[in-house]
Amino acid sequence: MCFEAKRLYRLALGPVLMLLAMVSAGAWAADGERSTVNMSPGVTEVGQTIFDLHMIILWICVIIGVLVFGVMFYSIIYHRKSRGVTPATFHESTTVEIAWTVVPFIILIAMAVPATKTLIDIYNFDDAEMDIMVTGYQWKWKYEYLNDAGENVQFFSSLSTPQSEILNAEAKGEHYLLEVDEPVVIPVNTKVRFLMTANDVIHSWWVPELAVKKDAIPGFINETWTLATEEGIYRGQCAELCGKDHGFMPIVVNVVSKEEYAEWLAGKQAEAAKIKELMAQTFSLEELVERGKGVYERSCLACHGANGEGGVGTAIAGSAIANGDMQGHLDVVANGVAGTAMQAFGGQLNDVDLAAVVTYQRNAFGNNMGDMAQPIDVYNFKNGQ
Amino acid sequence: MGAHHGPAKGLGRWLFTTNHKDIGTMYLWFSFAMFILGGAFAMIIRAELFQPGMQLVEPGFFNQMTTMHGLVMVFGAIMPAFVGLANWMIPMMIGAPDMALPRMNNWSFWILPPAFLILASTLLMEGGAPGFGWTFYAPLSTTYAPPSVTVFIFSIHVLGLSSIMGSINIIATVMNMRAPGMTYMKMPLFVWTWLITAFLLVAVMPVLAGCVTMMLMDIHFGTSFFSAAGGGDPVLFQHVFWFFGHPEVYIIILPAFGVVSQIIPAFSRKPLFGYDSMVYATASIAFLSFIVWAHHMYTVGMPVAGELYFMYATMLIAVPTGVKVFNWVSTMWRGAMSFETPMLFSLGFLVLFTIGGFTGLMLSIAPSDFQYHDSYFVVAHFHYVMVAGAVFSMTAAVYYWLPKWCGKMYNETMGKTHFWISFIGFNLTFFPQHFVGLAGMPRRIPDYALQFADFNMMSSVGAFIYGSSQILFLYNVIATIVSGKPTSEEKTWDGAEGLEWTVPTPAPYHTFETPPAVR
Repeated sequence: MCFEAKRLYRLALGPVLMLLAMVSAGAWAADGERSTVNMSPGVTEVGQTIFDLHMIILWICVIIGVLVFGVMFYSIIYHRKSRGVTPATFHESTTVEIAWTVVPFIILIAMAVPATKTLIDIYNFDDAEMDIMVTGYQWKWKYEYLNDAGENVQFFSSLSTPQSEILNAEAKGEHYLLEVDEPVVIPVNTKVRFLMTANDVIHSWWVPELAVKKDAIPGFINETWTLATEEGIYRGQCAELCGKDHGFMPIVVNVVSKEEYAEWLAGKQAEAAKIKELMAQTFSLEELVERGKGVYERSCLACHGANGEGGVGTAIAGSAIANGDMQGHLDVVANGVAGTAMQAFGGQLNDVDLAAVVTYQRNAFGNNMGDMAQPIDVYNFKNGQ
Repeated sequence: MGAHHGPAKGLGRWLFTTNHKDIGTMYLWFSFAMFILGGAFAMIIRAELFQPGMQLVEPGFFNQMTTMHGLVMVFGAIMPAFVGLANWMIPMMIGAPDMALPRMNNWSFWILPPAFLILASTLLMEGGAPGFGWTFYAPLSTTYAPPSVTVFIFSIHVLGLSSIMGSINIIATVMNMRAPGMTYMKMPLFVWTWLITAFLLVAVMPVLAGCVTMMLMDIHFGTSFFSAAGGGDPVLFQHVFWFFGHPEVYIIILPAFGVVSQIIPAFSRKPLFGYDSMVYATASIAFLSFIVWAHHMYTVGMPVAGELYFMYATMLIAVPTGVKVFNWVSTMWRGAMSFETPMLFSLGFLVLFTIGGFTGLMLSIAPSDFQYHDSYFVVAHFHYVMVAGAVFSMTAAVYYWLPKWCGKMYNETMGKTHFWISFIGFNLTFFPQHFVGLAGMPRRIPDYALQFADFNMMSSVGAFIYGSSQILFLYNVIATIVSGKPTSEEKTWDGAEGLEWTVPTPAPYHTFETPPAVR
């Protein structure tokens, strides 16, 4: 019978030992390499404070756990019927009962003090040097740089891991599911305020190493901030279930030097100015189709298939919309279809890309309309509504 | 005396029965069936998560599985299991002949299977089953939901009705049907925890009903409770939901506390330590459960004063919960313990629930929660509480009272084997989830980054082990009923106390037709 006690002892001790392993793992995380078993202190002061709080409370739990389980296993081993002991009959003790009510209470107060301090610190949004508006979409993120002079910089950031890797047709890359087509770029040592909202359902913007997690709620704006002290690429994911592709909308933040940031921003502004310019131009059918193909692959392919054969979305090959009236086609693409997964792309794509993708759809996958939409047509369509 | 009042014959016995034992039995079998169904969904989840990449199911279907797993386990498996146990045991523990409202008892059971049939049928519907998580946050569950959401709302209404009726019955029974001399402070702790649970249920199930009704209005009748576009607020949904949802988790765990408070003293051969403080701790936990709901919502952007309040209130729960754990350990201290299957499961409960309590304390710290929230750390936390807490104690209860119920002894070796496989499988499944959660893996994702691969594979292997150990459980219970060694000892366990051990074994169809005297 005693054999069984030892077995029980050993096995139930397992979790305690694993907890201890978890604790010691915390030490590796400090070396900069992101731990696979513990929270990362990340690259912000707040992150470090949160990490410290986490380790303190973990240690408190481990110590209490060792004490409680110690007493428990002591009695499991020594107070066994098989050892012929006579059970005691006591069933209360006011003193110890008061003690184990009061002592935990004091520990909690001791814990609440630093936690309160940290929380108040996290809620201090003052003195932010720049603002970025983050909008969650099913299933991508939009970033908009708010208070900079010059052209407005905004772009969408979506998963860049190819379907073939997800479907196991190809070997998975190092940053599988944590890579995007266009990362958000912020300068180092700068307090950046993020304004969070969503376009459809609730999302949550989480980058562990920046110690930021905040819900993006449609119709409301939340704020949060970060101040990264080290350059690098930091990866995160949407943390709030937001539908089918919730697992496929990662976040990549590129923290760069202030100079590099200024350079990057200037480049983006020039790009935005160029789009503005393009919007006034007239394109040939070939140009539109070529541009449209790229847009299609980024924005439509996931639902409508590589050959327009459909999937989550309806088939575009041979569809009445792509082979029908141009205005009707623009309406569906720009405004979406209420009650379905078809989103409104009017706000997501610029007029050049909208014109291109519509033209592409009308002249690909066996559709052969031969007509095209120019950016100005899209502009007029949007303003004529 | 009760000979002329035997059970009716055939199917009618079960359809029309008003007998608390029959109804209890039906609840228990139904909940086990739901446990297997919810478990099957979990197996699909873990099979998909066995390796990175999408192998078996579509992401949309994966979401349906996580949603249905949660709903079926919470509402179909755990809650009805404890209601079944309450039906069987409360009258026998307080010396009552039956439940106070026997016809309503029949009704509250019989509307359950149709409710779950309706819920399960959504899997076959156009657009699929609900895929918005068991917490069904708006507007994912309203504007962006599949058409089956309406059916889901209906089934929630029906099972809410069942829970409310069941609870009213328990309250009425405990308050009115106690044997003379059975004062409140003499009631077995299982009765106490259920009485408090029943009050929680009566208080919060209508809130859930209101919540889903508002969803229904938003979806079909043009209101905008949860839509900012019409002047509503998606966060309102979360406040209403968690005002139900937080007491709900105590609804699940309090009866489990009751069960182990019966079993640990029995196998320690020593009275429960601190009975009074156990009662007060249970009541305190129940009270606190109403004022801490928004700790599920630390990241929605509440004002800092709100965050602080909910953090302090939540941390307080550690005090009465600690009292309970200390009391159980003190009950064992200097007892004369033996380790039959019910005791093993109770000890498993004690160790693992305590770990779940620790992670709960960690989660209560709002700043840290910004990193834990909606990660696998949370998944690990609540499975330590729900599975190792509620399910382990429920299993302990079945082994503990099965001989009394059917007059036959289960196979002890098989029972112990069941425990060890469950214990190992459970920890292998859920312990690594702490690690991946802390390392940054969000919950409810069908596919994950490569650094999470090893622990996820471990987790899946553990889940298959834990899942298959339940087949052993089923086999053991059926084998006991069919061909177990007959026992007629009134007291199966020498250390067990309580009125249920004073009636013959197996418990006759009617017990305590004349109330026993309680000293």
